[in-house]
Amino acid sequence: MAAWDWQVFCKDTITGEVAQGCFGQGGDITYLQWMISAWGWTLSVAGLALVVALIVGSLIGVLRTLPNKWLRLFGDAWTELFRNLPLLVQIFLWYHVLPGIYTPLKELPGFLLVVFALGFFTSARISEQVKAGIQSIPKGQRYAGLAMGFTLAQTYRFVLLPMAFRIVLPPLTSESMNIIKNSAVAFAVSVAELTMFAMQAQEETARGVEIYLMVTLLYFISAFSVNRIATFIEAKLRVPGLVGAK
Amino acid sequence: MNLDFSFLDTSVLSSYILKGFVFSIQLTLIAMVGGIVLGTILALMRLSGKPWLVVPAAAYVNTMRSIPLVMVILWFFLLIPLLLGKPMGAELSAMITFTLFEAAYYSEIMRAGIQSVPKGQVFAGYAVGMTYSQTMQLVVLPQAFRNMLPVLLTQTIILFQDTSLVYAIGAYDMLKGFEVAGKNFNRPVETYLVAAAVYFVICFSLSMVVKRLQAKIAIIR
Repeated sequence: MAAWDWQVFCKDTITGEVAQGCFGQGGDITYLQWMISAWGWTLSVAGLALVVALIVGSLIGVLRTLPNKWLRLFGDAWTELFRNLPLLVQIFLWYHVLPGIYTPLKELPGFLLVVFALGFFTSARISEQVKAGIQSIPKGQRYAGLAMGFTLAQTYRFVLLPMAFRIVLPPLTSESMNIIKNSAVAFAVSVAELTMFAMQAQEETARGVEIYLMVTLLYFISAFSVNRIATFIEAKLRVPGLVGAK
Repeated sequence: MNLDFSFLDTSVLSSYILKGFVFSIQLTLIAMVGGIVLGTILALMRLSGKPWLVVPAAAYVNTMRSIPLVMVILWFFLLIPLLLGKPMGAELSAMITFTLFEAAYYSEIMRAGIQSVPKGQVFAGYAVGMTYSQTMQLVVLPQAFRNMLPVLLTQTIILFQDTSLVYAIGAYDMLKGFEVAGKNFNRPVETYLVAAAVYFVICFSLSMVVKRLQAKIAIIR
């Protein structure tokens, strides 16, 4: 194998010359700058998709535990639909199919469509965990809430959900790490994120090993930071008295 | 928006889709069998208690599990030709990649499966004079495998969905077949919809099978 050439990151993306100080001048950018911006795209796609996934997933998860049969059925159907389609197919559906059926979607940037695709895909998994979390709470707590004169909504708001969310935090952590990994699939519709950068920079510079190594490292760092943040939140929100509580 | 599926007749299906469909199934089966065999070995290494076996196995599994699959596919596609000194087709590269990648996930399942077998079973094996490998082969692994069958199958459904990611290196799988057909007939919306339907039917029916299996295994216990 040829020797390392880390200078590739300081090369100008247009002229291919090594730039002074590793940052391009006069509007030109180096591969390093391109990679940093790609990292930003990865984090934005993953972060926004996580917000969508948490909101939709919690909502669907709650629906699947309600007494109403039709709402439960809707929640189950939602989960099965988004769980049984490959993510890449879902991204293509959002990007190529939906704007053809519903034209106003053509106005949206591709980046947002990918956010929705990734968010809805992950919402199915989160709904599963939220449902399991609510069901893991003893039935007596639900009845106690209702017996106190709480409405169903109040029972969820004050009794069930505060417990359920703390129970499902650990699996949600691994979902948020997964969403960073899954955001790599956005390369398929030309979102300028890390994997897209890796593929294009590899082709332009032929220094694939160096570029892939750095990109992989950035994915590691991102996932590890999410893990640390989540562990911190988990420790803060632990239910006193339960196993594992301090 | 007018949808027109009429161009998707049997000749189009057999010339565009069939080849890709066969490859997707092939890739899934090879990666499943290879992944479970390698994964079981990795799991046994991690449970052996010998640091020189535990550390490399754990490092391998954790590394694979923290890199996006697309990056792993790209890595292997770049590295295998560098190591072999000659280019390798995208299809073959995908098979090697998926086997090695899925091994990491299967190994975590097998590890949980082996740990789910009561310790007494291992001691019973030793007590009747079996060696370590006999105890594993005849006593522990069959039970671990049966306990974990639903989870192994669920992982295989995920694996089947993930095979679509060979898109990154241009291998001709089922999704690619639909995409090419859509481009050639200028009907991309229809072909993507049909592709989604096919993936859904396959994955949904498999997951129903897993559900029934789960109930069945639970009763036997």
